[in-house]
Amino acid sequence: MKDKDVKSILLAGVGGQGILRASDIMCMAMMEAGLDVKKSEVHGMAQRGGCVTSHVRYGSKVYSPLAKLGSIDLLVAFEKMETLRYLNYLTKDATIIVNAEEIYPPAVNSGEVPYPKDAISFLKSNYKQVREIDATALAKQSGNIKTANVVLLGAISTLLHMTASIWEDVIKKAFPEKLAKVNLTAFQMGRDA
Amino acid sequence: MKILMSGNEAIARGVYEAGVRFAAAYPGTPSTEIMEEYSKYEGVYAEWSPNEKVALEVAIGAALAGEKAIAIMKHVGVNVAADPLFTVSYTGTNGALVIITADDPSLHSSQNEQDNRNYARFAKIPMLEPADPQEAKEFIKLAFEISEKFDTPVFLRSTTRVSHSKAVVSLEDPLPYQDKTNITYNSAKFVMVPANARIRRVEVEKRMQNLKEFAESFSENKMEINNPDVGIITAGMPYNYAKDVFPDYSYLKLGMVYPLPEKLIRNFADKVKNIYVIEELDPFLEEQIKAMGIKVIGKEIFPYTNEFDPGIIQNAINKLDKPENIPAKSIPPRPPNLCPGCPHRGLFYTLNKLKLFVTGDIGCYTLSYMKPLEGLHSCICMGASIGMAHGMSKALKEKGKGKIVGVIGDSTFIHSGITPLLNMAYNKSNAVIIICDNSTTAMTGMQEHPGTGYTILGEKAIQLDLKVLVSALGIQNIRVVDPYDLKNTRTVIKEELAKDGPSVVISKRPCVLFKRAKLQPQKPLQVDPDKCTGCKVCLGLGCPPISWKKMEKIEGSKREGISVIDENLCNGCGLCLQVCKFNAIY
Repeated sequence: MKDKDVKSILLAGVGGQGILRASDIMCMAMMEAGLDVKKSEVHGMAQRGGCVTSHVRYGSKVYSPLAKLGSIDLLVAFEKMETLRYLNYLTKDATIIVNAEEIYPPAVNSGEVPYPKDAISFLKSNYKQVREIDATALAKQSGNIKTANVVLLGAISTLLHMTASIWEDVIKKAFPEKLAKVNLTAFQMGRDA
Repeated sequence: MKILMSGNEAIARGVYEAGVRFAAAYPGTPSTEIMEEYSKYEGVYAEWSPNEKVALEVAIGAALAGEKAIAIMKHVGVNVAADPLFTVSYTGTNGALVIITADDPSLHSSQNEQDNRNYARFAKIPMLEPADPQEAKEFIKLAFEISEKFDTPVFLRSTTRVSHSKAVVSLEDPLPYQDKTNITYNSAKFVMVPANARIRRVEVEKRMQNLKEFAESFSENKMEINNPDVGIITAGMPYNYAKDVFPDYSYLKLGMVYPLPEKLIRNFADKVKNIYVIEELDPFLEEQIKAMGIKVIGKEIFPYTNEFDPGIIQNAINKLDKPENIPAKSIPPRPPNLCPGCPHRGLFYTLNKLKLFVTGDIGCYTLSYMKPLEGLHSCICMGASIGMAHGMSKALKEKGKGKIVGVIGDSTFIHSGITPLLNMAYNKSNAVIIICDNSTTAMTGMQEHPGTGYTILGEKAIQLDLKVLVSALGIQNIRVVDPYDLKNTRTVIKEELAKDGPSVVISKRPCVLFKRAKLQPQKPLQVDPDKCTGCKVCLGLGCPPISWKKMEKIEGSKREGISVIDENLCNGCGLCLQVCKFNAIY
C-alpha cells in the first residue's frame, strides 16, 4: 500500500462469517497502536445471508468512516465471489486478499445462474497484488471452523504496521478465555499462510 | 479512558453520563442498540414499550413527574409517536425530555427515507445532530441541558452512518442521579383543551424565539474559516464526508439543525465567497438559508436521495463524472434470505401455493415477497397488513371471498395490530389474519415484548396470551398451526378462508435463532441421488442449504441434475422432506 495519511480497508462477505467481529478487532489493534480509526458498516435486514461490508479507515486524523469509490487500498473478501462486487471501490494498485470459500446466493442455488468460476484469474489479470487463502480450511485445522475470520486477520496483519503482540493482546481481549487460544492459533496460521 | 464505540453505544453512554435513568423505546434499525446498551448500565429504568407512541407517552409521563427521560425510536417510529409529539411541544416537559430519531438515508433497513428534521420544524421542537460517536455522546448531554433550560422536548437526530459507525470515544464519569420526582398539579400547562392550548401556543412561539437566540451562541454551531473562496454549511455525518475531501475549505458546522442561527449564518456568508449547503435527503437547511436571502448552492448539484459519501460530494463540487475503466464482472445478487429452519418459510410456501393475495407487514417475513416464495404482496408500515386486508376484502366483496389474507408478526401485532383486528370483528370482515408468532422480535435481533414473558431488564413479566386477546377482540374463529407441518397449515388456512366472518390463524413456532427456546437442531437431511428425479420442487422453498447440481444427462432419462443439501447449513426442519414426492430426502 502506498503511503498516504489516511488508508482504507474494505472487508466484504456474507452475513454470519464474522466480518464485523474481525473489523472490530482490527480497529482495536489500530487504536492500541495510537492511530485514529473509524469504521462503518450496515447491519442488514434479516439476521443472515445477505452481503455484509465493513469500511475501516485509519491514519493520523480520520473524518469519514466511509471510503469513497476508487479509494480502497486493501480489499479482504471473506467469500470468493464477493470480491467482484466491490472492485469500483479499489485503487488501481490495491491489494486483494480472497478467501477460497464459496457460499452460493439464491440464484445460484436454484440453478438460474452459475457461480462465477474464474474470479481469481480475473482478479490476477487486473490487479498486481492478489492473494488467495483457504481460511476456512486453516480454521478447521486450528480446531474451530468459526475462526476463519481470525485466520484472515492473521493474513491482513502481515500487511499492516502493527506488531503481532498488539494484535494478540486485542484478540485475547475480544474472546472469552476458553476461545482465546484457538483464535491465537488461527491468527498465527493466517500470518504464516 | 478512550474506547472504540458505535454511535448507538455512545448515545447510550451519553444518556448515562447525563445522569438520566429513565428510557423507553421500541426497537427499529438503526436505533435498536441504543436501548440495548443503555439497559446494561447500573440503576437505570429501561423498557421496551409496545410501540413508539407508548414509549413517548411513557417518557412524557416520567418527565411530568420530574424525571429526565428519553424516548428512542427509528425515523418511521416518530410517525407512530407523532400524536403526543406535537402536543408535548405545547405543554413543555417539567423534568426533561429528549427524543431520539434514528433516520435511515439509503433505506438500508426501512420502508421509506423520510427526513425527520422536518418534524423539528413541524412540531416546533429544537433538534441537535451529531456527526460522529464522540459528538453523539456529548450532544445528548447538551440536549438534556436545553430541555431543562427551555422547558421543551429536544430531538437528537442520528442517521444510520452515525449510529452504526465506530470511532474512538473518550469516556467521562457519569453525573450522579438526582431524584427530583414529585407530583405537581398544573392544569393550565398540562391539560391541553382549547382554552389552555391557545395560551400555550403563544408560549411555543416565544420559546422558539428564545431558542433562535440561543442557537446564535450555541457551542456546537461552529465556524472554521480557512480558504475563504469556498464556504460549506453542513451538519451531521456529511460534515465528515466533506472534510475528508475538502479539508482546506471554510465550514459552518451546525450542531443544532433547528432552529437555525440566522446571524451566525449571515456572518459566515460575509466571510466566504461561494457557499455550498451539503445535506442528505431534503433541502432542509438550504431552503431556510435561501429564505434569508443568502445565495447558496445545494440540491442543484447534490442528490436528494440516498446517503452521501466523500466521493459524491467531491464529484458534485468538482463536476466530475464517475471514474472510468474499472474492471468489472457481472455476479449474481445476494439478497438477505430467511434462515435455514425459519418458521416463516413453511407458511409462505403454503400461501403461495394457495394463490392468495397476502397483505404483509414489517418483519423478517417481508423477505418472502422475493422469489421463489413470493408469498407476500404488500408492505406499507407496522400493522398495515390487517387494516389493508380488511379494506381489500370489503372493496372486492364476493370477488375477494377466500382470497385475502393479512400476515403480521407477534411483535408487530402487539405494536399496532390490535386496533385494526378489533375493527375487523366490529365491521364484519371476511379476511383471514395470520399472526406469525415466533416468540420474539426477530428482525431487529431478539428483543423482548409483552408476549415473551420477560422485560429488557431480564425480569419475569406477564406473557400475553394471543388466543385470549384475539378472542376478547371479538374474533370467533381462532386456530393455531405449526408452520413446520405443511399439510395441516394448508388445511387450516383453507378451512378458515371458506368461513364467513374474520378468522385468525396463529402460526406458532419460535425463531430458529431464539436462544431461550433451546431448540435442538435436528439431524441435517440429505438427498438420495438415486431417487431424486431433479424435479426442483424442493428448490421452491428457497432454503439456503438446498442447491441445484447440474449433471450429465443419462440416456433414457429426462433428469438434468439433482438437488443437493449442504449439511453444514441444514438444520433438519423437514420442510423439503414434506414437499418431495419421490421420498428422495432422508
